[in-house]
Amino acid sequence: MEQHGLIQKIGKLLRSGEISCTELTKQYLEAIRRENGRLNAYVKLTPETALQTAAEVDRKLAAKEELPPLAGIPMTLKDNFSTKGIETTCCSKILKGYVPIYDATVWSILKKQGTVLLGKTNMDEFAMGSSCETSCFGGAKNPHNTERVAGGSSGGAAAAVAGNLAVFGLGSDTGGSIRQPASFCGIVGLKPTYGAVSRFGLIAYASSFDQIGPLTQSVEDAALVYDAIAQHDPMDSTSSNRALPAFSSLGKEIRGLKIGIPKEYYDGVREDVKAALFGALKVYESLGAELVEFSMPSVKYSLPAYYILACAEASSNLGRYDGIRYGYRTEHYTDRNDMICKTRSEGFGAEVKRRILLGTYVLSAGYYDAYYKKAQNLRGTVVKAFEDAFAHCDVIAAPTVPTTAFPLNFTAQDAVETYLTDICTVPVNIAGLPGVSIPCGFGSDSMPVGLQLIGARFSEPTLLNAAFQYEQAARDDVFQAVETGVRL
Amino acid sequence: MNYELVCGLETHVELATKTKIFCSCSTEFGGEPNTHCCPICIGLPGTLPKLNKAVVEYAVAAGLVTHCKISPVSKMDRKNYVYPDLPKAYQISQYDMPLCKNGWVELSNGRRIRLNRIHIEEDAGKLVHDRGNTYIDYNRGGVPLIEIVSEPDLRSIDEVQEYVETLQMILRYIGVSDCKMQEGSLRCDVNVSVRPEGQEAFGTRAEIKNMNSFTHMAKAIAYEFDRQTDLLMSGEEVVQETRRYDEGTGCTEGMRDKEDADDYRYFREPDLVTIRVTDEMRESIRAKMPEDPQKRLARFVADYGLPEADARQLIEHRRIADYFEAAAKGTKNSRTAANCILEQMFARFGSEAEKDRFEVAVSPAQLHDLILLLDAGKIRKNLIKSTLEKMLDSGKPASDFLSEKDLAGISAEDLRAVCRKAAEENAAAVADYRAGKKKALGAIVGAVMKATKGRANPQETQKILTELLKG
Repeated sequence: MEQHGLIQKIGKLLRSGEISCTELTKQYLEAIRRENGRLNAYVKLTPETALQTAAEVDRKLAAKEELPPLAGIPMTLKDNFSTKGIETTCCSKILKGYVPIYDATVWSILKKQGTVLLGKTNMDEFAMGSSCETSCFGGAKNPHNTERVAGGSSGGAAAAVAGNLAVFGLGSDTGGSIRQPASFCGIVGLKPTYGAVSRFGLIAYASSFDQIGPLTQSVEDAALVYDAIAQHDPMDSTSSNRALPAFSSLGKEIRGLKIGIPKEYYDGVREDVKAALFGALKVYESLGAELVEFSMPSVKYSLPAYYILACAEASSNLGRYDGIRYGYRTEHYTDRNDMICKTRSEGFGAEVKRRILLGTYVLSAGYYDAYYKKAQNLRGTVVKAFEDAFAHCDVIAAPTVPTTAFPLNFTAQDAVETYLTDICTVPVNIAGLPGVSIPCGFGSDSMPVGLQLIGARFSEPTLLNAAFQYEQAARDDVFQAVETGVRL
Repeated sequence: MNYELVCGLETHVELATKTKIFCSCSTEFGGEPNTHCCPICIGLPGTLPKLNKAVVEYAVAAGLVTHCKISPVSKMDRKNYVYPDLPKAYQISQYDMPLCKNGWVELSNGRRIRLNRIHIEEDAGKLVHDRGNTYIDYNRGGVPLIEIVSEPDLRSIDEVQEYVETLQMILRYIGVSDCKMQEGSLRCDVNVSVRPEGQEAFGTRAEIKNMNSFTHMAKAIAYEFDRQTDLLMSGEEVVQETRRYDEGTGCTEGMRDKEDADDYRYFREPDLVTIRVTDEMRESIRAKMPEDPQKRLARFVADYGLPEADARQLIEHRRIADYFEAAAKGTKNSRTAANCILEQMFARFGSEAEKDRFEVAVSPAQLHDLILLLDAGKIRKNLIKSTLEKMLDSGKPASDFLSEKDLAGISAEDLRAVCRKAAEENAAAVADYRAGKKKALGAIVGAVMKATKGRANPQETQKILTELLKG
């Protein structure tokens, strides 16, 4: 079995004393200083805390203390994780200057493990977007080609990890925000089952869809991070205790594994992307997996249902940004209402406003039944369709995105067309399922293509093992490391 | 034409749980502004609510005592509106699946006021206006509330008042709220409409928001009744709207910011899971509840012979009702026991809060012993008051203040001698009695009492005298 994981590799280097955590951290900070201007992956750097943690890890290493698997690993958090004492903006003007007074649960967990936080990564404003370009800091660029977007909304995390500016990044996925940028940047992105990872401290976009997950350079690393963060949290009522450890399942044979191929997912996929995907399916066949083609007509309802429900929840979640307690406040106003209106008009970007308006509309008296209620029914239909599908197969293989990474500024043109690029990622969020995007080759534009594997609820061990087996068989052909950043 | 008043109430009651509904901050009233707050109850980005189980239990208890059906399955919803005292810009409440449904509260005239529902929700913070500035205190934000919605079954201001007082009594009694109107832990929105007497259909209603005293509520309803009747009599129509009562002018006025009130865009709170109340949970809450205070009231009147007003005063505070019952049980003079509490003990409390705490130096057992002395005829009523005063001052039992002589009473032999002497000294009365004037006996009994300084038992005395005078 080949080891592609950076986390275990670094763990060995640290424990054998070949490199100190401080030295490693300095290398990353130096690389970020050198290259972040080009990639715009980070919007906030935290060198002091990083070096402090590193020194602490070094002290423990010197004392031969037993350290958890993620100790000393340099990593990032998307800028929508609440981090005590570190400015957190969701890449929105409206939260500029907001310094949280509490830590997100996942950050508390990782802090305890001794991971080294390098900084906060770029994202579409409030995670609304597919290119990272709605960020008030400007978009993150794709390390494979800086004329292309890194994807979104967790574009900064994907760019940082693909560009070797962090070992792993935590992102959030509401409609594809981990998997799509992972696909665009040629790395692994896991969106766990809804409820597997605590959302406490994740600044909400759409609460019933949002889920935290890792972006990494390998499936092995994704499994290690997942195992660390998938814990029941009493602070999040929707968090579950059903999550099972995944790392220990990696390496099991997949002979006889039934892989469902829902044909609707492949409609409208660009030919060169399709070719890469089919190549990956052939690899699976060669590993003894059985491909089961089937039809899932209801999947087409996912996108409209998603945009109605997610926007409805967002319109409510984002109501609190009124300039009264924290963040941005307009300078000139006549009275309280004027202050709130102007603050929100000036503080939110166009895409966020569009979704707040849409969400407000679909919840309004007289429209609720026609939109929100209908969308909820559709959500039920999609959940059922997946349940039926998993009665016949173990995992589903689909494209992550119908295309490769867009050119810069592409998505600004047509909102609906941009929304359509989420068509393959959104169903997973609708049904609360786990999905992982893994690199599976390149398009005719030499940009990475992602294969999306989807599992039943809490089937992360099976799902990640299926991804791992492909990675073992095909990594050299489909993964291309970027030459910049820290090379270990 | 005569018009009839029709009222329905929405009563907000703060629950007396130790902690808030979605976080572990204290619910205590008062406190420096913004000191009972945390990231959750001030709605900082990324926080999530966590439902306090005690809130559900308290609300279920409130539902059971008002004869509601408890929903086995209910959920929380978001009520979206923008106001600075609401830091998330939505209130977590219950919309179409309330925790309790279809109950009633009975008034003294026997009418049952139907309850449509009781649901749980969070309270908002408070705006404080000071010298042209507005400040926000979020201490109250996230304090658990129940909203009790009645049907439009109330027909007079007296009924409205009694309904609220009854709610206050029973909710206080089962310990789910202190129901203090002056502290805002009980507030009412009153829906008022009028209709010609005898007409079945309801008129158009106006809702008067946030009444926090009985006086204001009575005035507001009276004003609203007159206003609506005047409108109808002059051929105009009542507009359905929300109105505010102005304490200065005693008038109600329409509230202009209607656009906020109109559409709350309710939807299910995605951060919380379904609330399930199993039969076992409901029954265990029921089992822990004290006797229905309205039933206890009836029992106090029937079993202890108390006037209803007295019984109500005792039951208003469960601790006092329990105290009374412990002292009065098994005595003949239970009314005296009640008076000891209502007159002498209450007189010692300066405030409602002190009455609430009911800290007295005399234990119920000590009062019980004192009443037993009276029952046994060992002391007279007039001695009760002074003895109890001494007991309240010192915390010592009655026996410390009654002399041997007081307690010993008079032996049967001595009493017979005193009676004989009294008969001799009151020959005229004796003659009258023997001539058939039964009332004349009273004068002789009085003489015996006087001679024994009240220590003789009047019944016993009468018995002896009747016997003596026979012959």
